[in-house]
Amino acid sequence: MSSSADDSSAPRAAPSGPSSSDPAGASPIEVRGLIKRYGELTAVAGVDLTVNAGDVYGYLGPNGAGKTTSLRMMLGLIRPTEGSVRLFGRDPMESVHALEGVAGFVEAPTFYPYLSGRGNLEMLAAYDGGGARDRVDQALETVELTGRAGDRVGGYSHGMRQRLGIAAALLRDPKLLLLDEPATGLDPAGMRDMRRLIRRLADHGMTVLLSSHLLPEVEELCNRVAIVRLGKIVYEGEISALKRGAGTVYGLETTDDDRALAVCRAQAGISEVRVEHGRIAFAADPAAASLLSQALVEAGALIKALAPQTVSLEDLFFSFTEGDGTMGAGEVGNSDQAPAAQTAS
Amino acid sequence: MPGVGTVYRWELFKLRHQKRTYLGLGAAILVPILFVVAVHLRRHHERGGGFAFSDYVDRSGLAIPLVILLFGAIWLFPLISALVAGDIFASEDHNGTLKTIFTRSLERWQIFAGKTLVAATYSAFAILLCGTVAVVAGSLQSGFNPLQSLSGTIVSAPKALELVYVSLVIYLIPIAAIVCIGLLLSSVTRNSAAAVVGTLMVSLLFQLVGILPGLGGVQPYLLSTQFNAWQGLLRTPIDWEPIIRALWVCGIYGVVAITAAFLVFVRRDVAGG
Repeated sequence: MSSSADDSSAPRAAPSGPSSSDPAGASPIEVRGLIKRYGELTAVAGVDLTVNAGDVYGYLGPNGAGKTTSLRMMLGLIRPTEGSVRLFGRDPMESVHALEGVAGFVEAPTFYPYLSGRGNLEMLAAYDGGGARDRVDQALETVELTGRAGDRVGGYSHGMRQRLGIAAALLRDPKLLLLDEPATGLDPAGMRDMRRLIRRLADHGMTVLLSSHLLPEVEELCNRVAIVRLGKIVYEGEISALKRGAGTVYGLETTDDDRALAVCRAQAGISEVRVEHGRIAFAADPAAASLLSQALVEAGALIKALAPQTVSLEDLFFSFTEGDGTMGAGEVGNSDQAPAAQTAS
Repeated sequence: MPGVGTVYRWELFKLRHQKRTYLGLGAAILVPILFVVAVHLRRHHERGGGFAFSDYVDRSGLAIPLVILLFGAIWLFPLISALVAGDIFASEDHNGTLKTIFTRSLERWQIFAGKTLVAATYSAFAILLCGTVAVVAGSLQSGFNPLQSLSGTIVSAPKALELVYVSLVIYLIPIAAIVCIGLLLSSVTRNSAAAVVGTLMVSLLFQLVGILPGLGGVQPYLLSTQFNAWQGLLRTPIDWEPIIRALWVCGIYGVVAITAAFLVFVRRDVAGG
């Protein structure tokens, strides 16, 4: 896959204002109260989320959390039991016209194995209509499959099929791209190339909803996330707000850790004190951390190291999805109500 | 804008790239050739031995397509039709490609209509191909001779040829019903093998019911009976009654099956693939 920002092979930038795909200026995705039940089983238990134009939106959750079922409902493949999906203000269950300007795939992209890669794309382009046929070569070039375009898809590797899936999506010249685990099964180079491609598409103005297990990838690519657990959204909002809400975590090493531990626990403004990997960890704001350093010196526990630690999306994800409550999982619904200063466990 | 015609063209394209397409067409070509070879061998090595309609076949090659129509109703033509009709929706499940085509710019009904037309086209093509091969091979074997009608009158060769092709067209009426049943099973079972075998089983079941004692009253309304409607053309004067009955009886079977198939296809959740 090309890693260069080749404008000629990249999709056109989306206009900043309302386009033909969003006649009323509606959000690319607006999901309200989405529920899907299969008999006694509830696969999706009430999902609300909004993806705004220009977002690269991470949709996160463990296996079985209902991510793929939600995505299928967003694409009109599955009829919701309750709730609604609107893509640029239109209901995908009512008409396929709701998918104008929308493309993507759920789980692995699938094609006819007895047709060539080009044959598959030409068929899909015919099904898309408009100028899709003219974009076949460009799409193949973007995902670097031009040289294998004449081969039958049945002989393609997993990575090649993933790339062909992206190419098939690009045929629609989408303004909204829904991708379900696009890097799954790819080798490290393939994952890197996929990440670069998504970044490039986003840079050209495309709104992307990305379902992924690869949290570093989501952290690198996405500006907003929804974390889903047992079919429900437990957090929706900006990653930066999520991290801010988690507070700053410090790591501390001293000449006398027992004494330092006692000082930390007694000090105002210091919380979540514990010992991790042989050193003290606690949550505090910068001012409280400064006062703590003074108290430690006065107590005779000289500081060897005191540094803020980075809270990763992975830490936050596990705190929400594995639900020990240390991040206030289930208590937050959006970035405005991000968890109060608590540490990642 | 893409529409039913787009689906139709690309489904034909897909058919051309699948082996099962050629399996059915191969059978449609081979069966009349094998039949003619058997007739030839019988004439040259076992003269005097006979089989049903052997006199007809010996006198005119134009009898061969009609004899094949008669025997082909048992399993050959239902099987050829089921090969594509039973597979055309189920293969999308097998390949996981419904989600691929349902997220383009075509409504589900358009995809359904295009696929249905292709399944019907394939069956019609296979039967006309089989009939044409039988006419050519039969004429080479027994000559392009006048044909004796079922009423005993003699029909000139050109007129008999016309009757053969009209018979083939009449034969497409019950075949269309078989195609609809195949499409229904393909849509419901989502399994190609089950749908193909199931369609053939339904056809055989009708024939079984037709020979059961005590069920003679239902025979005119069985699907299997409609495969004989074309014989009305070979009577003098032409007997239209079985043809008209075939139209409405097969219409009922077909409309019920295709409506059910349509509802299943357009309303289903695509949760796999």
